[in-house]
Amino acid sequence: MHNRDMSEKTTSPAFSGTASTSVAAICLRHGNRPDTLLEILHDVQEELGHVPEAALPVIAKALNLSRAEVYGVATFYHDFHLHPVGKHVIRICRAEACQSMGARELQAMAEKFLNVRMGGTTSDNKVTLEATYCLGLCATAPAMMVDGKVVGRVDAAKLKPILAEVMK
Amino acid sequence: MIRLFLTRDSAAVAVGADDVADAIHAEAAKRKTDIHIARTSSRGLLWLEPFVEVETPEGRVGYGPVSVADVKGLFDAGFLAGKAHALAQGKTEDIPYLKNQERLTFARAGLTEPLSVEQYVEQGGFAGLKKALAMAGADVVKEVTDSGLRGRGGAGFPAGIKWKTVHDVKAEQKYVCCNADEGDSGTFADRMVMEGDPLMLIEGMTIAGIAAGATKGFIYIRSEYPAAIATMKAAIAAAVAAKWLGQNIQGTDKSFTLEVRRGAGAYICGEETAMLESLEGKRGMVRAKPPIPALEGLFGKPTIINNVLTFAAVPFILAKGGKTYADYGMGRSRGTLPFQLAGNIKRGGLVEKAFGVTLGQLINDFGGGTFTGQPVRAVQVGGPLGSYVPMSQMDLPMDYEAFAAKGAMVGHGGIVVFDDSVDMAAQARFAMEFCAIESCGKCTPCRIGSTRGLEVIDRIVADDNRAANMALLEDLCQTMTDGSLCAMGGLTPMPVMSAVKHFPEDFTRAKRLAAE
Repeated sequence: MHNRDMSEKTTSPAFSGTASTSVAAICLRHGNRPDTLLEILHDVQEELGHVPEAALPVIAKALNLSRAEVYGVATFYHDFHLHPVGKHVIRICRAEACQSMGARELQAMAEKFLNVRMGGTTSDNKVTLEATYCLGLCATAPAMMVDGKVVGRVDAAKLKPILAEVMK
Repeated sequence: MIRLFLTRDSAAVAVGADDVADAIHAEAAKRKTDIHIARTSSRGLLWLEPFVEVETPEGRVGYGPVSVADVKGLFDAGFLAGKAHALAQGKTEDIPYLKNQERLTFARAGLTEPLSVEQYVEQGGFAGLKKALAMAGADVVKEVTDSGLRGRGGAGFPAGIKWKTVHDVKAEQKYVCCNADEGDSGTFADRMVMEGDPLMLIEGMTIAGIAAGATKGFIYIRSEYPAAIATMKAAIAAAVAAKWLGQNIQGTDKSFTLEVRRGAGAYICGEETAMLESLEGKRGMVRAKPPIPALEGLFGKPTIINNVLTFAAVPFILAKGGKTYADYGMGRSRGTLPFQLAGNIKRGGLVEKAFGVTLGQLINDFGGGTFTGQPVRAVQVGGPLGSYVPMSQMDLPMDYEAFAAKGAMVGHGGIVVFDDSVDMAAQARFAMEFCAIESCGKCTPCRIGSTRGLEVIDRIVADDNRAANMALLEDLCQTMTDGSLCAMGGLTPMPVMSAVKHFPEDFTRAKRLAAE
């Protein structure tokens, strides 16, 4: 009912025909079901590194949703990035259990070392530093996630080589 | 061949379990010793992770926490024969932390490999489902009602009543949804179930399907738990292959299918109606109740929604009887709760005990006090929306009603310990900040109140018109409590006001300046 073809107007040059085809293929793989929108956005992000705005009309068309609905979902959830992120993503837990074990100091250390604030990406696009709220590693706090890999009991001695590695 | 056991639980992997396993394999190869390391679930003795167990004629003997650097020394000391070493913990089942627990839900913890249907059945798995397959839905509901089981996600609503509502309503399609959006800091029991004993969750949900007449289920797992997502998906495939899930389960006329769905980093989706919206592919906006999800839930159909631990308790209840489960506990809190000791604690981990154990017993007897060795100052129970409890209330029994009477909540059983370096004004401020970040934005008290609350706390701490701002904070918290659509805005005042009430000295500028 909301099906409008906006793909021509919104497709940026960076968003190639190949990317558009792969987004449509991801939708199809999920049966073009509107209830699988989050799964689709996850898959698009895994494949393209982020969710380009130009992908949204392609998804909207496949799922028979309005572009606004898809945009609304893509921007509601913290996980989805509408812009490219760094080559490496570091997520530091800011929640209470980690706070009790020095997460605030850890965050400050990482921000200083990478010279970037939480939520930002280093100027060379190597590292994006993000906050997360609980990785379920609360008994081995403070915790962080480096490109999807969990690390617990993080202290300065553990953090520095990790940051040096991703900055290489 | 010598058999060793090391968990694949994320908490252990995060402190190097995979590297330790590699190092043991390498050292054994060098010494031409034939070993096999089974990657099991975790015992829950998380402060000992990576915890390596060796099978000996006397039983399993444990060593931990093992680092890669310890491996050579362990071999030299003869750990493969269970010999003494500085890291030796003796027979695992004799470790007091484990021995003094009442493990009903986590009975298999550390014993089985998560994806082995065979080992699961060997250790009593699917006994509950087997019984349920031969029962009428109403009888399954009655068993759960008799057990006194209450929702383990935090609200503590009686599971039997919820299940009966869904059972009694007529509909062509009903659903069973598992809320595995375990976003509360200090909680990890859901993650441990999904990573360690996923078949138990599948069994519990399938029993719920039989009880309510639902044929389709969803498990909504937060994206912060990639290992749990992968394990649950693999376990579903294994259960289907073994005919414990899918069409005509074990050759009966009962069918139930399960699907895993990933969250996307929104804390609010742990609220059940926001989770439903998210499962439907929408923004995680809270729905107004009524209608309750039991009548109009997923896609508008009657839906059983429970937390992982609630479903995980069900196989035991069906296998051993609701009454056996109800024999544990106190007052209206029946059975056991897997408590999670977290934060600044010496022996963090999972402690499953019957309701009635006191906060002090958990923190001191099991937990051994703080990790830093400093005195305990505050304990947050029940997640980021739970109260900060002072030392004077350590005798409080873990019971839904006893906690509620003190303006606190048991919640999901997460216990986060803080030592005396904690700044309670900063904790109160964070509670407001977190609410501002994670609010779905549907109702005003939560969306705007949280931001205003943060500002007011900043003014109080800066000694700007203190008395008036303190009155304003109290008034604002009351508005949030009374006027919010769900627990996010409704309970954020709990950590805030408990910090103000029990630790007022942290909100005065003079004290803060003196400390600096």
